[in-house]
Amino acid sequence: MAINPDLQGRVYPPAEVYDVAREKIREFARAVKAEHPAHYDVDAAQSLGYADVVAPPSFAIIVAQRADAQLIADPESGIDFSRVVHAEQRFTHHRPIVAGDRLTAELHVDQVRAMGGGAMITTRAEIASEAGERVATTTSSILVRGEGQ
Amino acid sequence: MAAESAVAPVLEQLETGLEIGRREIAVTRSDLVRYAGASGDFNPIHWNNDFAVAVELPGVIAHGMFTMGAAVQLVVDWAGNPGAVVDYQTRFTKPVPVADTTGTDEPGAILEIVGTVGALDAEARTARIDLTVTSAGQRVLTKAQAVVRLG
Repeated sequence: MAINPDLQGRVYPPAEVYDVAREKIREFARAVKAEHPAHYDVDAAQSLGYADVVAPPSFAIIVAQRADAQLIADPESGIDFSRVVHAEQRFTHHRPIVAGDRLTAELHVDQVRAMGGGAMITTRAEIASEAGERVATTTSSILVRGEGQ
Repeated sequence: MAAESAVAPVLEQLETGLEIGRREIAVTRSDLVRYAGASGDFNPIHWNNDFAVAVELPGVIAHGMFTMGAAVQLVVDWAGNPGAVVDYQTRFTKPVPVADTTGTDEPGAILEIVGTVGALDAEARTARIDLTVTSAGQRVLTKAQAVVRLG
């Protein structure tokens, strides 16, 4: 099934709030082999000025990929998840993410480009606190491989 | 836990091209399962060999986001503060196949990471650290750049 070119410009509004838990930050930090104490120890984080343990630089991918899942699950998108390869990723942090944050993500489909039998899709998640404070902007490009790609 | 940098880096003492450090990261299939659980990315290409081969991959490959997330730790430890990384981007150029070494002490793949100062911005007080990330002699990330805010 071909990728729907009309996806470009589509916006998926924030779905459910993502609750950033202390144990999730620790679990994610271990998973990326992070060793800085500010990910694990509240006192170490507070000595650097954070309210609670601070997330690794790529933690926002959890929130971003939940937002992306809306697009992938959209029957109008035509995306076969098993043929998706991650091509590019960027995180811009307006402020660090800490335990206790309650985050929302608005997903923008910035670009859809046909490539061979597949397509390159660039999405942007605008991650904010529940109160509307900007927290992070993440940009992902995924390549949906066509047959034989 | 790794020690924080004894002294936080100071912009005036840096210059473009300076190496900030290097490290090797051993990766196993177990690491990929752990990353899948922690991140919520359960795409079977990262844990099921038959599935990966069926979709024309060389075998189980690491999550690009695992490689990206692990590579930046060199920068975090150098900066001494995870929140100092204000921007981080990469392109995923080559997959990282991870061999099944379950039951042995052998890694399934090794990531080699080198960080150098790519650019300095005295006004914004930031340093751009460029990461070279290779596995089995191939560059697996390109344009891997982390912007660090310095005190």
